[in-house]
Amino acid sequence: MKTIISVVTLAAGTAMLLSGCASPPSDAEINARATAMLKASFAARGQAGLDRLDQDETQKACTTYAGKVPGKDVTDRIEKVNFESIKWPADGKYLGNWQNGEKIAQEGRGKQFSDDPAGPVGGNCYACHQVAPQEVSYGTIGPSLYQFAKVRGYGPDIQKYAYGKIWNADAYSACSNMPRFGHSNILSEQQVKDVTALLMDPNSPVNK
Amino acid sequence: MTRRVVLAATAALVLAGVALAQDATVEGIAKYRAALQDGNPAELWEARGEGLWKTARGPKKVTFEKCDLGLGPGVVKGAYAQLPRYFPDADRVMDLETRLVHCMVTQQGYTLADAKKGPFGNGNESKSDIEALVAYVTSESRGVKMNVAASHPKEQEAYRIGERMFFFRGGSHDFSCATCHAESGKRIRLQDLPNLTEKAGAQLAYTTWPAYRVSQGELRTFQWRLFDCFRQQRFPALEFTSDGSIALTMFLARNANGAAFDAPAIKR
Repeated sequence: MKTIISVVTLAAGTAMLLSGCASPPSDAEINARATAMLKASFAARGQAGLDRLDQDETQKACTTYAGKVPGKDVTDRIEKVNFESIKWPADGKYLGNWQNGEKIAQEGRGKQFSDDPAGPVGGNCYACHQVAPQEVSYGTIGPSLYQFAKVRGYGPDIQKYAYGKIWNADAYSACSNMPRFGHSNILSEQQVKDVTALLMDPNSPVNK
Repeated sequence: MTRRVVLAATAALVLAGVALAQDATVEGIAKYRAALQDGNPAELWEARGEGLWKTARGPKKVTFEKCDLGLGPGVVKGAYAQLPRYFPDADRVMDLETRLVHCMVTQQGYTLADAKKGPFGNGNESKSDIEALVAYVTSESRGVKMNVAASHPKEQEAYRIGERMFFFRGGSHDFSCATCHAESGKRIRLQDLPNLTEKAGAQLAYTTWPAYRVSQGELRTFQWRLFDCFRQQRFPALEFTSDGSIALTMFLARNANGAAFDAPAIKR
């Protein structure tokens, strides 16, 4: 009898403990709360509306695997979806004007709420990459692009690769740190061609 | 043949020249930063903030001297090194700025909208009382070891949500905090980027905010740091004292635990 009472007391005690000290929320629950809290913590300003916080499938997947390496099935799928969405130039020409490309690579403005919506909008390539060697103020988040075509070759396949990579970096490297400049309407088709020329044109300082 | 040798030699010289130019630039920046440490105008904000702390303000004409920053009413010494934290009287995790606003509303009688007005100064055009108060309170934690708790479930939750927000990719450019702050030894242009996912990086970064920004002539708080990072991330405007801003601060502050707080600092 005494044992039974102890067991009952123990059970009641456990139930009280459980109700008073719920287990911590699951990762999925935290993620849902984080997304909701994020959306409630920003206000639309200038050209940056709250829709900037609506993630597409790629952003969602890359957030989920952030800080970890996603499996190959996941990266393959992200790369496939993004590759298939690339809009290739209608005239089949990948190279624009490298001098304009250099200006676009230097320009850091564009799409911030503090920027004029009428432009200019740049690629800010130098923020993360070494590009032409004359510019010594470059970042190192991305690899050096100095001698890009000199090392890889000047042929149409490399031209296409450079254009596609600038248009949508996730098509070649899932969850890349690099913005999808064409895909996300940051740069126009002509601007993507101009930056491609900066990397690919034999006369560009990049390949000297 | 000779021509090729000359060309190669010229190319090597040009490359060496570029490397030298960059080394000189990096070295120049290091010297500039060292020179900055000589005198810090943040002291002006600290003095103004101390004055504001002790001044009877608001419709109720009371000072901050009954404001509880977590260590008891009016205790400023060491308070910032333990923030953000859960405050039972508000049933909310709060960072310093949020707690100051809370005291302005509950003790000094301001409306919430008035208390949150003008969180960031704009040179000589407008001064921010919040920035001055933050300068004063944080200066009273200089040398104190960061010790942000995660004992309350809401503190634990804020930390986990903040971590998630750190990795949230969005906006026109797919940027998250992690884009720039999850690898060591990286730069944006010539600016070194702290790796906030590692203890050393988080400690160095968090313990040196707020800071007097020479380029802006302003003392900037951690709320401002987050606001301006998100601007460059192409996100909309982070709302001052929003739950999201506090959760992210919780994540970063707790990652800095163990390091001596060393601000207000001075940065370019």
